[in-house]
Amino acid sequence: MMTSRSGSIKAAVQEGLRRRYRRERRFRWLGLGAVVLGMVFLLFFFATIVSNGYSAFVQTHILLDITAPASLGEEWDATQLERLSYRALIRDVLQAQFPEVGGRDDLRALNKLISPGAAYQLREKVMADPSLLRGGASVWLPADDEVDMLVKGHVDRETPEANRRLSDQQIAWLDQLAADGRIERRFNRLLFTSGDSRDPEVAGIWGAAVGSFFMLSVTLLLAFPIGVATAIYLEEFAPRNRWTDLVEVNINNLAAVPSIVFGLLGLALFINFAGLPRSAPLVGGLVLTLMTLPVIIIAARAALTAVPPSIREAALGVGASKMQMVVHHVLPLAMPGMLTGTIIGMARALGESAPLLMIGMVAFIVDIPQGPLDPATALPVQIYLWADSPERAFVERTSAAILVLLGFLLVMNAVAIFLRKRFERRW
Amino acid sequence: MNAVSEISNVAEPDSNIAGVVQPVRIASVDDGFQTVGDYRSERPVIEARGVDVFYGDNHAIKNVNLDIGMNEVVSLIGPSGCGKSTFIRCLNRMNDTIDSARVTGSITLDKEDIYGRDMDVVLLRARVGIVFQKPNPFPKSIYDNVAYGPRIHGLARDRGTLDEIVRVSLERAGLWGEVKDRLDEPGTGLSGGQQQRLCIARTIAVGPEVILMDEPCSALDPIATARIEDLIDELRQNFAIAIVTHSMQQAARVSQRTAYFHLGKLIEVGGTEQIFTNPAHKLTEDYITGRFG
Repeated sequence: MMTSRSGSIKAAVQEGLRRRYRRERRFRWLGLGAVVLGMVFLLFFFATIVSNGYSAFVQTHILLDITAPASLGEEWDATQLERLSYRALIRDVLQAQFPEVGGRDDLRALNKLISPGAAYQLREKVMADPSLLRGGASVWLPADDEVDMLVKGHVDRETPEANRRLSDQQIAWLDQLAADGRIERRFNRLLFTSGDSRDPEVAGIWGAAVGSFFMLSVTLLLAFPIGVATAIYLEEFAPRNRWTDLVEVNINNLAAVPSIVFGLLGLALFINFAGLPRSAPLVGGLVLTLMTLPVIIIAARAALTAVPPSIREAALGVGASKMQMVVHHVLPLAMPGMLTGTIIGMARALGESAPLLMIGMVAFIVDIPQGPLDPATALPVQIYLWADSPERAFVERTSAAILVLLGFLLVMNAVAIFLRKRFERRW
Repeated sequence: MNAVSEISNVAEPDSNIAGVVQPVRIASVDDGFQTVGDYRSERPVIEARGVDVFYGDNHAIKNVNLDIGMNEVVSLIGPSGCGKSTFIRCLNRMNDTIDSARVTGSITLDKEDIYGRDMDVVLLRARVGIVFQKPNPFPKSIYDNVAYGPRIHGLARDRGTLDEIVRVSLERAGLWGEVKDRLDEPGTGLSGGQQQRLCIARTIAVGPEVILMDEPCSALDPIATARIEDLIDELRQNFAIAIVTHSMQQAARVSQRTAYFHLGKLIEVGGTEQIFTNPAHKLTEDYITGRFG
């Protein structure tokens, strides 16, 4: 009787086993499929952005032979150099390059090959090294964005002339310059060092990056200490009653509030009521603090809860006060989790644009902000502004700016992982 | 953790126990019950009188009287969920960390009321140390583990004094020889038995009068257990010790007095030898002869 019973159990289990294993296999395949699908989307996303954006890291430059203008005379000083019209200088140099060109319209067309911003570039170079004007020196200056697009092949030469921004004549001049070896694609330094501009070839993300930096500094300085302190109070000291429950529910709700609502709040509170300046990274930082706080509080509380109770008991058992228990034992163990949560919150804040639109950080700002009260914009907002611009050359710059933003996010996540590994302790 | 599991244990007593002893117990531990034996000690340090503990509506400890005396080891035995751990956690107010816990009655340490207005809980825990069931060294170096208590209480004015306290504490805990060359290594890297001795060293480094031990050997192998038991016997020379244990043999080996708890009541208390050879109460007899528990 015993044997028959164990035999039937064996058969039943074996029957079930097949089903269990089948289910397990199916689940594994589903999981794998989900991961592959995700990877495909991610790859597609990166491929699109990189293929669109990589060409923005180089910029077409034109080599011009610089000669001192006759108006300058033999001797000059720094003031004269400052007052010099470099626009006229470039015009003269270009005309010298193409002596056969005459007539106002043709000359203007010839001038359009060089970026309007090139005059500032030349001025900068001459101020740094006045000997350039002594004759014989050649300088690479950024070409106009239309020229850049043509050289990079984004504009088709076969398009009828009427549908092109560059005339046949201008293309002929360019070909001549190219034949002389005077056209080259060089590293686009301006993309990383200059502020925004209406001319894509001299527009850069540095202004937006500095704005983002000031903003995130304000956010970090406020959100991390306040968030951690709130979490410690709620988790370790606050009594459990209806009020703390209410606070907890509301913190969780705040984490889910759309970010643009925080922008509206910031507009009403910080700008209209408190009278802080519009477009300032300080206000942006305050708004992002409000937005990031719930995320940090929730992460910090989770990190505190994860500290084993045995450590708390051990500390209390040798006579540590509650504060000593928290500061000496619980906090060091919870720190990696708190830092991870904070950096994830900060990364989210870095990528946020909607609330910034509400507080005027969407303005066209050319100057690099010098402090958190100067008007500024932020990286994601700069991307939004460029994506909205009609010039063809802004397409690749938008993608390039996205790449830079993604780079920052990667760095922040790497720092989060590093900090977690660094502060993690075994117990 | 411990306390929480204690609550749930109290809430749902082991069905096995209930099933076996029900006919006896119902008659024996009703409300008019008096502890069998003499709960007093010759040189009492801690005196508990009429102690009741509630976790919310749950009456976990019922009218317990018990002394813990100098130079003696009192072992607290009884089935799971009988309130032994809850009782010793009252003695240094570790139950304060549980919001729903409420203690009534009187517990005194050297005639001072532990739950009185004048008693500072930090000072109390410095005077009444505790060793937990699971070894729980801090994730710090061996040195820092032992030095932590003296540091926060300001017991050492300079590094030399502190070094001395650490050395003496580790020696008394029987761990010095094994760790003296690696005091900078993390305490969590030691073996289970070593960790528990480190926790004992950490407790005695503060210089308490009483040491409470909540099943200190339940996570250890027999060899480590034997070492801890020897250690407890040595520590008796300087401290008053209360130890909760599930091992009757351990109670018999290390303690001078034994208290048997059952469902929140102190059933019987007396000299260890008398309890184990000639228990007066039926429940005690059933428990120590292994009829349940």
